[in-house]
Amino acid sequence: MSAHAALAGVSRVYPGGDGRAPLHALGPIDLALRPGEFFAVVGPSGCGKSTLLEVLAGLAPASEGTVTFEGSPVAGAVPEGVGVVFQEDASFPWANVYDNVAFGLQGSGLDRSEIDARVRSALAFMGLRDFASAYPAQLSGGMRQRVCIARTLVLKPRLILLDEPFGALDAQTRLLMGDEVLRLWRETGATVLLITHALDEAAMLADRVGVMSARPGRFIDVVETGWPRERDSRLAERPDFGALVARLWSSLRVESIKALGHT
Amino acid sequence: MNPAIARHLDFLLVGIGLLAIWQGLFLWIGETGISSPLQTIRHLGALAERQMFWTHAWATLDAFLRSLLIAAVGGIVIGLWLGIGKVAGQVAEPILVALYSLPKVTLYPVILLIFGLGLSAKVAFGAIHGIIPVILFTMSAVRTIRPVLIKTAKVMRLSPAKTAWRVLMPAALPEIVTGLRIGFSLTLLGVLIGEMFASQAGLGFMVINAIGLNDTETMMAVTVLMIVLAGIANVLLLALDHRLHRRAG
Repeated sequence: MSAHAALAGVSRVYPGGDGRAPLHALGPIDLALRPGEFFAVVGPSGCGKSTLLEVLAGLAPASEGTVTFEGSPVAGAVPEGVGVVFQEDASFPWANVYDNVAFGLQGSGLDRSEIDARVRSALAFMGLRDFASAYPAQLSGGMRQRVCIARTLVLKPRLILLDEPFGALDAQTRLLMGDEVLRLWRETGATVLLITHALDEAAMLADRVGVMSARPGRFIDVVETGWPRERDSRLAERPDFGALVARLWSSLRVESIKALGHT
Repeated sequence: MNPAIARHLDFLLVGIGLLAIWQGLFLWIGETGISSPLQTIRHLGALAERQMFWTHAWATLDAFLRSLLIAAVGGIVIGLWLGIGKVAGQVAEPILVALYSLPKVTLYPVILLIFGLGLSAKVAFGAIHGIIPVILFTMSAVRTIRPVLIKTAKVMRLSPAKTAWRVLMPAALPEIVTGLRIGFSLTLLGVLIGEMFASQAGLGFMVINAIGLNDTETMMAVTVLMIVLAGIANVLLLALDHRLHRRAG
């Protein structure tokens, strides 16, 4: 089966200047996402996880290597069919929830009734139906992140990239949002790449977990979790869940210590 | 007490206080210097019955609206451009700040030589007063937009023009309105100064002409009228300003 999206020999070096040395942030790295899989990336802080996502999304160029999405090279722009949810709150404060979610559809050539239908269904899916006319400033951080997910969802992405989307939320909200992401992944059939620093989150959500080294980030371990497609946060109760998290941590521990020394 | 009522009461007290100071000044200085509040209102009523007054008022309004249009549209477009282009913005900012603090009256002779006496010089003079704060506020608003919003525009595959219109503009709007509010006052100031020094029409000309003729009542009536109108406009713009900033939370 050919990869849905792939990185081949990709590295990213931030050019120096103003007396700073160039920074080798990532790679070289190889990654082939299987169609419809849920892939999580964990790694020590500053290892280039977010850079990996930006390169894959076409938001940042690869210094070396090739990036492909559905067989076509990705360069200079985000391809159609790719959705990204960021860690920071990216909701538009000047628009209400409905208009935030409809943002990517307005001016897309779709007729109003189709836009309305898609927005309503995304709002219902993310539990935002009663908040359509609220402004982001009136919502909690978790709700705003739901708005951003719904805004991505209406565009029917085939590849969804999540850059620590729950990093700013409290632990309980994170677990529940994890369940929602699983539901979203199952019902849309999209391929999902999740960047996270939380090992339990990666272990619970993903089909495969890639463990990255300290900067410049490379994959040092890729673990198949073997979970059924129908799953939720109750996985955490299983005995083999603890073993999986322990396995990830044993791969990551040395790298995290290195990363601490770097900074 | 209900805070809304308390606020209105404060407004009322300030108004009464100002009127009292005005009346006090009138009693102290006497009719040669200023006219009393009552005289001024009466005289304003008398002026309103004269065609000449409306001709001047219209001339000022005409020049002011043209200047404001140039200052607002020009300021927003230039501000967006300087805010997006980092280098251009860094070069332009100190120059603009210097221009902002420069008493622009010093440029008036140059403007008169370029535009000649009349409407175009007034409009130009009003616009250069108003455009600079609009540029500065728009520019700094665009610069401080959170990068994640611009990344979102990229993920939505918006063209640069659509990004400017659909993301940068609304994100910067609360600050742009602050700039417009200040630009509004300065544009009016510029137009009136222009009329005072080199014009044969407009309320500014009326005031300076009345001073020349020692017509204290006309001078006071027109001045008070302008203060009241500018004050009302500023209160409305300030309310809009607060509303937008609150929503942006």
